[in-house]
Amino acid sequence: MSYRLGVDVGGTFTDLLLINEDTGDTHTAKVPSTPEDSSIGVLNGIARICDESGVNPADVSRVMHGTTVATNAVLTGRGAKVGLVTTAGYEDTLQVARSFCPGGLGGWVSFVKKPLLAPLELTIGAHERIGADGEVVAGLDEEQLRTDLKTLHGTGQVEALTICFINAYINGAHEKRAAEIAAEIFTDTPISISSDVVPEMQEYERTETTVVNSYVRPEVASYVSNLQAALDDKMGSDTQLSILRSDGGLASARASAESPVNMLMSGPAGGVSGAIYFCSRAGYDNILTCDMGGTSTDVALIQNSRARVRRETIVADVRVRAPSVDVRTVGAGGGSIAFVPELTKALRVGPESAGAVPGPACYMKGGEQPTVCDANVVLGYLPSDVQLGGKMDINREASVAAVQSVADAMGIDLMAAAEGIIKIVNESMFGALRLVSVEQGYDPRDFALVGFGGAGPLHANALGILTDAWPVIIPPGPGVLCAYGDATTQVQDEAARTYLTMAGDLTDNQLVADLHELKARAGEALLTDNIPASEHEITYQADLRYAGQAFQITIDFTEDELKEKGVALLTDQFDGEHEQLFTFKLDDGHEILMIRAVAKARAKSIAERQVGETGMSLEQCIIAPSRFYYEGDWYDANIYDRNKLNTGLQVSGPAIVGEMDSTTVVLPGFVAEVDAVGNLLINPVNGGQ
Amino acid sequence: MTARLLETNKDPLKKIDVDGVTVDIIENALRNAREEMDAVLFRTAMSPGIREQGDCFPMIANKDGKMVVGQFGSFIGPFLEAYNDEIEEGDIILTNDPYMCNAAVSHLPDWVVLVPVFKEGRHIAWSAMFGHMSDNGGMVPGSIPIEATTIFQEGIRIPPTKLYKKGVLQSDLLELILHNVRTPQWNRFDLNALVAACNTAAKRCVELAERFGDDVLFSTMDIMLQRNYDAMKHIIGMFIPEEPREFEDYLCDDGMGMGPYKIKCTMWREGEKAIFDFAGTDPQAQSSVNFFLNEDMFKMFFGSFTINVVDPQIVFNDGFYDLVDVRIPQGTLLKPNYPAALSGRTHALGRIFDVLGALLGMGAPEMMLNAAGFSDSPHLFFSGYDSRPGKGNEWFQLFQIGFGGVPGRPVGDGPDGHSLWPGFTNVPNEFIESYFPLRIERYETIADSGGAGLHRGGNGLSVAYRFLCDGDIGIHDERWLTYPWGVLGGETGLRSTKRLVRVDGSEEWLPAKAEGIKVKTGDMLYFNTWGGGGWGDPFARDPELVRQDINRRLVTVEGAKRYGVVMAADGSVDSGATETLRAELKAAAGEPALFNFGGDIEDIRSRCEAETNLPAPVKPTFIGLSQ
Repeated sequence: MSYRLGVDVGGTFTDLLLINEDTGDTHTAKVPSTPEDSSIGVLNGIARICDESGVNPADVSRVMHGTTVATNAVLTGRGAKVGLVTTAGYEDTLQVARSFCPGGLGGWVSFVKKPLLAPLELTIGAHERIGADGEVVAGLDEEQLRTDLKTLHGTGQVEALTICFINAYINGAHEKRAAEIAAEIFTDTPISISSDVVPEMQEYERTETTVVNSYVRPEVASYVSNLQAALDDKMGSDTQLSILRSDGGLASARASAESPVNMLMSGPAGGVSGAIYFCSRAGYDNILTCDMGGTSTDVALIQNSRARVRRETIVADVRVRAPSVDVRTVGAGGGSIAFVPELTKALRVGPESAGAVPGPACYMKGGEQPTVCDANVVLGYLPSDVQLGGKMDINREASVAAVQSVADAMGIDLMAAAEGIIKIVNESMFGALRLVSVEQGYDPRDFALVGFGGAGPLHANALGILTDAWPVIIPPGPGVLCAYGDATTQVQDEAARTYLTMAGDLTDNQLVADLHELKARAGEALLTDNIPASEHEITYQADLRYAGQAFQITIDFTEDELKEKGVALLTDQFDGEHEQLFTFKLDDGHEILMIRAVAKARAKSIAERQVGETGMSLEQCIIAPSRFYYEGDWYDANIYDRNKLNTGLQVSGPAIVGEMDSTTVVLPGFVAEVDAVGNLLINPVNGGQ
Repeated sequence: MTARLLETNKDPLKKIDVDGVTVDIIENALRNAREEMDAVLFRTAMSPGIREQGDCFPMIANKDGKMVVGQFGSFIGPFLEAYNDEIEEGDIILTNDPYMCNAAVSHLPDWVVLVPVFKEGRHIAWSAMFGHMSDNGGMVPGSIPIEATTIFQEGIRIPPTKLYKKGVLQSDLLELILHNVRTPQWNRFDLNALVAACNTAAKRCVELAERFGDDVLFSTMDIMLQRNYDAMKHIIGMFIPEEPREFEDYLCDDGMGMGPYKIKCTMWREGEKAIFDFAGTDPQAQSSVNFFLNEDMFKMFFGSFTINVVDPQIVFNDGFYDLVDVRIPQGTLLKPNYPAALSGRTHALGRIFDVLGALLGMGAPEMMLNAAGFSDSPHLFFSGYDSRPGKGNEWFQLFQIGFGGVPGRPVGDGPDGHSLWPGFTNVPNEFIESYFPLRIERYETIADSGGAGLHRGGNGLSVAYRFLCDGDIGIHDERWLTYPWGVLGGETGLRSTKRLVRVDGSEEWLPAKAEGIKVKTGDMLYFNTWGGGGWGDPFARDPELVRQDINRRLVTVEGAKRYGVVMAADGSVDSGATETLRAELKAAAGEPALFNFGGDIEDIRSRCEAETNLPAPVKPTFIGLSQ
């Protein structure tokens, strides 16, 4: 027997999913997260899931892990003290931060700048200079650097060191030499250099990205090595630990500990991967994902079962040049607080959130302000009179009192206020969905909409109406979907170089030769992790733009495609995408900025799982009758048990489908059908309204 | 005459009741559409000025031309009044001439695109956007000639013109225009991007009308305008005193030897109406530093500065214009007579914000008064033929915007080397070095340039440009003579300087406004911007914060004495010496005035040459005064 284990560490819960690779049987577990050291929660979870399933831990061969340990280090400001070496004259790059003040006219009046991740007092300048063409303008003054590094070391404060020199993206020789010198002085401190971490133009972005890498590196490294040691101890030393990166690929624990800046979006990437896993097997390759949590919602557009990867990652105020699944986040979640400014009498929802503490009013943990969750309770979407598996008690009276305050401020009745809150929050998620679809030139009607996360299935049907993206898909276990994603993705690595070449000046042979060089480098990490070359799948990417543009589009291609069409493959595809995005294209002037080789380990397939309880009729799946309010009217609605619903059963709205960690609302005029994979597919009755 | 909109569907839009939640939803959707305009523009524009620095402004207006979402207020009303022709579906209007649209745009390099939005033959809204073009032809590269005396020297003037007629691009016209600028390819792309952005917004308006109904959208726009009216009525009652309050500040010089020019404004309230009267402002300048100020645009400045107080999420718009009366005397720096030159208007535009900030803040300085900050966007132009090997003597021209110190504010210290303009960012130096023949050898904040205060003014920036081929440079800067003032005991910030170090080692101090300066390969220009003024009593600042600033190289040990802070040899604060020095300085300073201007104008003028190495400008004689 061979098992793989997916583990997703979220802010509140650690979700685990154990899959039998031969039978497809799954077991899930949910344990509280342990933010002070997440590996404790992971080990608790492993103990629980093995205990409950009777699986011998030694039979688990692979542990695939999505983690917010890097993200949390940024969010809580608990990263390392970072020392920074820049080119002399550029010490203030982070302080100036491209001179940007957020907000509109007068935004500067209230702008408060966050402390730098590499403080100025721990920043030194090295005397050296590389020109824009990569030539050495002034050699590195090693003597001076040594002296200054010793002084910096003498402060005793530097826990991680970053080196970022001007124009190092085109020639990293000085950075590499400086790193060698630094390693002699900072003997036990991790050193990150920009030409390794992100060899891309733009000094501020490159410096910030490399600094963030340093900032989270010690914490991530110790977490990963502790976890690996504990796993070895419990499961045997042949257990492979992999970590999900922001771009949706898995990396070995060793590789991820060196460039943790690539793990900042590990969590959302897991959700996207899980959604792709269930939807592609149901035949839906083009999907919009909507992952609604307590404080925010992540949305993404997936085409041909492949997530778009953006070469930028944003965590709170921190924006770095690291590839991540193109997920857009809006500050709208189940805990978002509704309020009415006195003067304008407008109804506002979020971005303030009640969080887990004090939480929505209905949970009676001290929260009194009305949240989206409370509006769902008032409207009956979140049933308060029926105990669903594993749920906390819901107090409808507390929700009513909270929502009434909004109703009174607006001068409308309670139910109208509750519906207003839901409509506003749906609209802001709709805005994010438009951002990834319409605004990128895609028509949402060509996509299916996938709702997951704790609150996604409550709102998914309504979002389907707004986007007209059908069916609306609620995958199995929408609350633990990230763990599914973790368990079902492939190990991958990549190698890249700045190219800055005009397509017109490039021969097909030259491009192939340059790509082969990258292919070899990309495969190295997989080889190190004992994945033989025969198991590698190689794809390529090129970033193109019209010379002079700051914008760029990443083109994915294979060697076969390139051999067939030559360099025109890239320019034609770029023109096509550019026209889709901006309604026009140019005939020439294509500049290739970067080329990249991506090496993936071939996927090992997993057998299909069993759906629901075979033979159960629809009536047998009813837990209890209930009712909810929609568009001004009350409707009677049965509550169904998701765990019993089996393939082919159809649940007609109005209805509610409950399961351990999530609640799905099926609105009047819609019907949800269970497919062979276990998804709920919600469609308008008679195919359209 | 006025513009006439041709509609094939004459059914008038109806004013109907719309429930509050629907209004909120449409408000959000329109805000998203406006943000999408920016996104489309940034991705497709090509010039660094628009793309990297974000020098562009979108808006969506109702069918009467009132801005419903946007930033700098509507320029459609004045345009409609001035445009004597028919407009129909598929037309797209282009103009850049301030004199043809009552200063809706204020200088020729700003090209504005207007799109009337039609749905089923009915005119339902407007979308519009303007962006700063890299070049507009005329006397100098970059088209902001300091020494222009009429607008005819500032490049091509495009009266309101149909760039598209019924959806068809008038390419002859476009080619004629582009033939007259030095950067046709950039302008072509940027203009394309402006049109694409406006078309996107138009499409969103139509989609909203389809989703909610034409009458609902039409009526909602009115309700959004009314929301702003209500909010601003409250604000005006709260912040604007009935007793007149006045403030004056100065534009240092006109680049042709005269200055400083006074800008004066008096503010008071009559009933629910706020009045801003610029009587007392100096007459128009001989050169291009005039700022033709549209009254509505000033209302917008005022509104956007204050509305955040009551509902930061409100979609800000034109709705409150009837509550504000702006009076600008004809023939002054702010309303010059045709055909006065206008291109260098940036400095007076920036100074207006200092004046407005002071007027609004001085009633409650502890809560609302900021010191004078980096109220400008100084320029550097560098142009010529790239003579480096392999570059083929290709023509280049660089337009750079400078950044400086945000002032000390009630909320805290001012950031160093930042921008006061929304959305502006610097162009990455690596980008500049790879596309232009220069190397930026240093890019750092200037220690001690921020005014001392309880809250320190932000430091200015020093940028050292090494020229890698021969060429011409032009400089536009300000606050080299008058000071970025401090408030509530805060000191003034350090003024701007420009020092050119020739390759032979000789040095010269360049004026703040100069053009046609020849530079040689290897010459180095130190372009130093000014720091923000300080806020509050510097002797009350925690000495530990001063020590931290020293460790960060933002303040020097010597500079710390302006805070009365004395450092010991080991780098810690010498508490005893600090206490003594603070007592001494406090006694000498006496009770501080609300504003610290660094002396009166005559005083400053008399010290000018000694302090700045530049001759003092002479008192302006007013050529525009005779009208």
